Amino acid sequence: MASIADGATYGSGVGTTWRTCRFSGLKIEANAEALIKANAVAAVLFLALGGLMGLMVALTRWPAVQLLPADWFYLVLTGHGANVLLFWIIFFEIAVLYFASAVVLGARLAAPKIAWAAFILMVVGAVMANYAVLRGDSTVMFTSYPPMQASQWFYLSLIIFAVGALIAVFVFFGTLVVAKAEKTYDGSVPLVTFGAITAGIIAVFTLASGAIILIPTWLWSLGLITEIDTLMYKVIWWGMGHSSQQINVSAHVSIWYAIAAMVLGAKPLSEKVSRMAFFMYILFLQLASAHHILAEPGMSSSWKIVNTSYMMYLAVMGSMIHGLTVPGAVEAAQRRNGYTRGAFEWLTKAPWGNPAFAGMFLSLVMFGFIGGISGVVLGTEQLNVLMHNTIYVPGHFHGTVVAGTTLAFMAMTYLVVPLIFQRDILWPKLARWQPYIFGLGAAGISLFMMGAGTLGVPRRHWDIALADAAHPFEFPAAAYLMMGLNGISAVMAALGGVIFIVIVVGSIFYGRRLDTANARLTFPLHDKSREAVSQYGSEGTLKLPGTLILVGIFFTCFVLYYFVNWKYLSELWLFR
Amino acid sequence: MAITPPSNRLWWKEPVHGIELGWIVISFLWGLFMFFFMIAWHFIGQQNLSTETYRIKPESFVTKAEEFAEKYQATDSAGNKLEEDGVPVVRPPVGSDIYLVSRLWEFWPILELKKGKSYRLHMSSADWQHGFSLQPTNINISVHPGYEHIITLTPTASGTFGIVCNEFCGIGHHTMSGRIRVVD
Repeated sequence: MASIADGATYGSGVGTTWRTCRFSGLKIEANAEALIKANAVAAVLFLALGGLMGLMVALTRWPAVQLLPADWFYLVLTGHGANVLLFWIIFFEIAVLYFASAVVLGARLAAPKIAWAAFILMVVGAVMANYAVLRGDSTVMFTSYPPMQASQWFYLSLIIFAVGALIAVFVFFGTLVVAKAEKTYDGSVPLVTFGAITAGIIAVFTLASGAIILIPTWLWSLGLITEIDTLMYKVIWWGMGHSSQQINVSAHVSIWYAIAAMVLGAKPLSEKVSRMAFFMYILFLQLASAHHILAEPGMSSSWKIVNTSYMMYLAVMGSMIHGLTVPGAVEAAQRRNGYTRGAFEWLTKAPWGNPAFAGMFLSLVMFGFIGGISGVVLGTEQLNVLMHNTIYVPGHFHGTVVAGTTLAFMAMTYLVVPLIFQRDILWPKLARWQPYIFGLGAAGISLFMMGAGTLGVPRRHWDIALADAAHPFEFPAAAYLMMGLNGISAVMAALGGVIFIVIVVGSIFYGRRLDTANARLTFPLHDKSREAVSQYGSEGTLKLPGTLILVGIFFTCFVLYYFVNWKYLSELWLFR
Repeated sequence: MAITPPSNRLWWKEPVHGIELGWIVISFLWGLFMFFFMIAWHFIGQQNLSTETYRIKPESFVTKAEEFAEKYQATDSAGNKLEEDGVPVVRPPVGSDIYLVSRLWEFWPILELKKGKSYRLHMSSADWQHGFSLQPTNINISVHPGYEHIITLTPTASGTFGIVCNEFCGIGHHTMSGRIRVVD
């Protein structure tokens, strides 16, 4: 049997080479490695560009600074959205998908040539989008609501990028088929791969929605279609726009599990529960386009309620389950590693100096507390009227996408550089601080924007002093303070971002080579020899007092914040 | 580990631990509560966004709004028609249909309403999408061209309220504003 399995593994991989990672024991194929590198590098470059644009946006919205003139502000804001929300995140996700299929399963990448073609399409799309925006005739914001019209190049670039991403997702699915057929693993796929499959399935739905709406919009910009219905556009566009954020959620939850496994040796408390939680995402998380249509005319209340709640909050339940099982897995692993005193020794003695772990845990906490709770409140049919299109909305999604996804992806990069690029992390002291600097900045941006939003400050707005407006209106002083603090937080997050990019690029080019004998990692992976003999998981007894206290705090905050907002709502003018 | 296949091949037959089961039940019930609370608010709450919407040509809506403004434009004691910042102040009868045009870059006209009285507010856009954001009350509603949205609105406080546009509508977006006056 062994010889057949070996034959299947190595024989069909003709023309490719393999290596076994000395640190993780993972079997890594050359094509998969090259494509992960290419996609990760592209991701980081677009993060640098988009992050710089984000800093300029925040400094413009800092009333005392107001860095850019109005036309440049709107232009840069359009570019910021496309570069970070689409290009940074989706390039990195493709790298994650290849990692979770080829590397985690020890398989060869299916159709590497097609994967390269997908990569080239994505690069062409991303560069073209930046060209279209910087030309100045596509300042339509990332959402490009009609009847406002961008140049044809803008829509075309997004279509090309989406097609490239879709092809890459199918290469991922192909790799799963190859791994299964060539029996590179035994039993069911690992949980991380399962999470990546969730992300992949949602990605197909998302990119298809994008194609359904962007192709007619592109034809409209060419003059071949006379009109795009504004409401229909929003409903379908957000089928892409919001659902694509669910790819992020699935991807970064997978990364939480992966980092906990690689750094601490954590295994899921229960495979069944964690997989069910991902399955809830597949079934319900794509609904979500209603989140952007709650304050819109023309859609029925019943549609809004079912859609905005992801069918009775079953997908929120999925996230809440991960919110218990991820820290629970960390606690169980740490207890097995010998940190058993009190409720929180497992947490206080966790490897906080390892940027992969620190980034992962900060991402977990901030995604839940900031992004998650605000998301549910914002997505409640009636409460949405309190903050629709105010800067609360960017506050919420910077909590999910920056403090959650981006920080998780950064944390993962601290593992990708040694394992895939085979280079050690340069400047470990700086790297140690990076997740905290970036995380604190990201938390600040989210919270201060949410604060300003509850005071009515609009999003995507150059001048809240309304200096040139026909009917002046004065926002309260607290709103100005919030926008100033948001600017300071953005400077801090940008600093964290610059440190990240410098460390990653520096390490890739000048980091100590790890493919030599006796090379050691600065930030070590989990050392099995430190594990106590006791078992945990479904078979063993399970005591997780620390995790229970943490989710108790989370749930209390959730319930209180939810009802505080209903109280605010009940004090508004009456409308029906 | 999460990056290796489940150690127990029959992982779906493993029992679920009480801690996880308890949290699943709590999450599920909380989700159900939040779901049914949205429905309940339609019966117990005073703030539910109307879904009454009609298709309309933007020009027709502007015409209707102009006729409305001319008919009910407020006058002072000497009989002069009132304006603020060059925009007519309209004082519609209590309970009547009132019109607010959103367009590049203003909310037109200025409405003067009575506190505690209801009005049927018709909103639509003459051109692009706009965002009606009533401040400092913080009521935020999207405005589309081609759709006439009718909301029964009852101000509960008197004073001068600002309307700010919070949907990006081009280079003059940050100059787009309006006003609603509420008198006792």
